[in-house]
Amino acid sequence: MKHFLKLFVLLLAIFAVWIGLLEASVVPQGYALLLPVYMVVVLGCYGILMVGVGLMFFPTCPHEAELLQKDIVEAKEFLKKKGVDVGL
Amino acid sequence: MNKKNKYSIIIPTYNERLNIALITYLIFKHLSEFCFEIIIVDDGSPDGTQDIVKQLQQLYGEDRILLRARPRKLGLGTAYCYGLSHASGDFVIIMDADLSHHPKYLPSFIKKQMETGASIVTGTRYVKKGGVHGWNLMRKLTSRGANVLAQTFLRPGVSDLTGSFRLYKKSVLEDVISSVVSKGYVFQMEMIVRAARKGYHIEEVPITFVDRVFGSSKLGGSEIVEYLKGLIYLFFTT
Repeated sequence: MKHFLKLFVLLLAIFAVWIGLLEASVVPQGYALLLPVYMVVVLGCYGILMVGVGLMFFPTCPHEAELLQKDIVEAKEFLKKKGVDVGL
Repeated sequence: MNKKNKYSIIIPTYNERLNIALITYLIFKHLSEFCFEIIIVDDGSPDGTQDIVKQLQQLYGEDRILLRARPRKLGLGTAYCYGLSHASGDFVIIMDADLSHHPKYLPSFIKKQMETGASIVTGTRYVKKGGVHGWNLMRKLTSRGANVLAQTFLRPGVSDLTGSFRLYKKSVLEDVISSVVSKGYVFQMEMIVRAARKGYHIEEVPITFVDRVFGSSKLGGSEIVEYLKGLIYLFFTT
């Protein structure tokens, strides 16, 4: 099954539950009507939280940049010795 | 087992005169115990990249370094197809020429594949021991945002969708690449998502990504729009 169909089915299920809540009036209807709004807010919060957490723990590697510079010097020396034109 | 498999490393280039020499040296340094060939697909670089490649062929042998030139810039996806059609290995590795992908990780790709028998091993920057260097806050923010969107809507099962440092079984790459239509930035994402949907076994290894040392890399508004379009396209077609 295509992936977006799965999400669509999930959305449909949530919609059905919502209609059920509205009809059954287990919770006051004023609250039940606002549930989709809460859901969108929660989804937005989840997204922002995930991006925030990702940013906070963004893996960096300054040491690798130094190592690369050493490798570049090493490579240039070797290639120059072998007569490859590395522009130096 | 090391000696049996052959690895074809496809590197598309455009104006990478210096980088291609450096990366070739580093590949030979780190992969000395494996059987491999380097296929350089050059899109008619005006800076003399092909001259340097010919010098490298003199040094390392024309059977180890293959130069497959094309007349002009024809896009990344077709560069891989073109390189692939000349590959004689059992496995194909694709990587960028700009030294943001360090050849020292190649053995870990190969070992991971041997241990797990995976069809695809993809390098990921977003795990422990991985990492990125040289990105400002804006670039990190865009990258995280793009990743959260993709993880939520595509659920691909891999942590780094847009990375392009990967090892494929040759037959798998041939199969996946033939069903991919996107170009540019979205191409790598479509490759891995389609491979995941087809049920191929995908493994990850941590890599570090040092943003290009020579030259500059760009990520502007048009790239972001292209990415979002690609995401929507993949959402509805996979």
